[in-house]
Amino acid sequence: MFDVLLQPLQYPFMLRGMTAAVLVGIVCAVLGAYVVLRGMAFFGDALAHAILPGLAVGYLVGGGAREPLFWWAMGTAVVSSLGIGAVSRTARIKEDTAIGIIFAGMFALGIALISSVRSYTVDLAHFLFGDVLGVGIQDLLLTAIFGGLVLIVVFLFYKEFMILAFDPVLAATLRLPVRLLDNILIVLIAVAIVVSLQTVGVALMVAMLVTPAATAYLLTRRLWKMMGLAAAIAGVSAVTGLYLSYYFNVASGAAIVLTCTAVFVVVWAITSLNRRLRAVAR
Amino acid sequence: MAFLDRFRNPNLTFLAHPHPHSPDKPILKVEGLTVEYDSGAALDDLTFDLQRGERLAVVGPNGAGKSTLFKVIAGVLRPSRGLVEVAGHEPGGHICIAYVPQRTQVDWSFPATVADVVMMGRSGKLGLLRWPTHRDWQLVRQALDTVRLHDLADRQIQQLSGGQQQRMFIARALAQEAELILMDEPLTGLDSRAQDELFSVLELLHSQGVTVMVALHDLKIAGERFDRVMLLNRRLVGIGDAETVLNPAHLVDAYGSHLRLLPGVDGTLALGDSCCDDGDHDHV
Repeated sequence: MFDVLLQPLQYPFMLRGMTAAVLVGIVCAVLGAYVVLRGMAFFGDALAHAILPGLAVGYLVGGGAREPLFWWAMGTAVVSSLGIGAVSRTARIKEDTAIGIIFAGMFALGIALISSVRSYTVDLAHFLFGDVLGVGIQDLLLTAIFGGLVLIVVFLFYKEFMILAFDPVLAATLRLPVRLLDNILIVLIAVAIVVSLQTVGVALMVAMLVTPAATAYLLTRRLWKMMGLAAAIAGVSAVTGLYLSYYFNVASGAAIVLTCTAVFVVVWAITSLNRRLRAVAR
Repeated sequence: MAFLDRFRNPNLTFLAHPHPHSPDKPILKVEGLTVEYDSGAALDDLTFDLQRGERLAVVGPNGAGKSTLFKVIAGVLRPSRGLVEVAGHEPGGHICIAYVPQRTQVDWSFPATVADVVMMGRSGKLGLLRWPTHRDWQLVRQALDTVRLHDLADRQIQQLSGGQQQRMFIARALAQEAELILMDEPLTGLDSRAQDELFSVLELLHSQGVTVMVALHDLKIAGERFDRVMLLNRRLVGIGDAETVLNPAHLVDAYGSHLRLLPGVDGTLALGDSCCDDGDHDHV
């Protein structure tokens, strides 16, 4: 039994990948609480896809070097996240429509750029679905630093973000800097997406933000507990997913996301069954 | 950490500067207030005053602009024209104005306890980057005592009854140390016992000198339980005693075809807003 658990860990790339996946899982899950409560799942998904042209340009400019990609992704994510906020505030179309138009366009642009390179399928697959076993020490360090920053800011603005999610009018009557706080949250989501890029890739990113947080939402009725529980679920799912990926030889990002999904389905089934049983008992 | 202190101190920089109160000025002064949306005027040339500790009922048909009026007074919405002053200063600088939302506009499944929601009211006084202290939690408990919800402090907000939910928001206003409380249709969906409990809390606020503006549909309650009544239909139809304001001519003026006038046994008129209780349809 122990052998089964320990055997994969003798490979350094496996250890690095696991550390990265757990870190990313925790960061996304904590921030994901706000994504779930404010109904920003589509925004997160679209934003993840919109990073692709930035990655593509970085990839073309750097001649395939991976190092600068993180910064290209970061720049693109922050600019497009703030851009979408500005567009949805000024344009006469609904916010989700604006998101759909701009972010799908960005995604298409990314694919077009990458497809101009010959080795494109392999590289595109890495961008889309992640490459957690290719995580280097440098990547790990960046993940830890920026992930840590996200957690610190979430902690510092805990009560403000909570008010903004629950009652924006209260936030306004308390004269909180609503616009600034909204932008901070959006940038945090962008940063979380970038640090998760290598673990799950842009296509599955939204699952890390939404699924563990939604699972925790079913289980608790306090925000800080929801965040803690979501982080725990994400961490355990990341480890479990990587083991599954190792032994069943499936893509690691997909395995992690599938584990999160399975946990959600089980929790959802149990809680709804529970509620129905209690309703019958009454 | 002087840099951080700038962020923390609610009196400074980008948390708006809470205005000092001018005690000689009325708690609320509205002059020529007009709000125009793309679709037309939501409020047209309103002028009235409110004295400290007064209880004002705001009645009028759906779409009369009650919610809009409240949002302007709360400093959340900017008027197109006219003047609004709370204790002698522009409302946008005050943190002493509490807005109690309609219950249908609240996400009751939000992961928060009653105490959590009441604590949200403290945030204005706390300032950014500050965590609540022992004293803040004490104030929250006091506020919950005042509205008689102390036993339910740790309940999830969804588990409260309609009346308890309203009183929780009043407790939040108390924790905010609000001096002007705006309540949007708080009676909607409450049975008469829950309404009585709510009014006994409002009585307490009155005795503490808190000013309350309440939007409602029930003209009878408006006449019985409030110091003054305002009849609104985009413009101010009347404000004052219930007997003077709620006369048939005014009511037909305000409600038009929505009004049912029923002759009562003793020659008085039983009046009813025939429209449903689903709140204003203002687009803000």
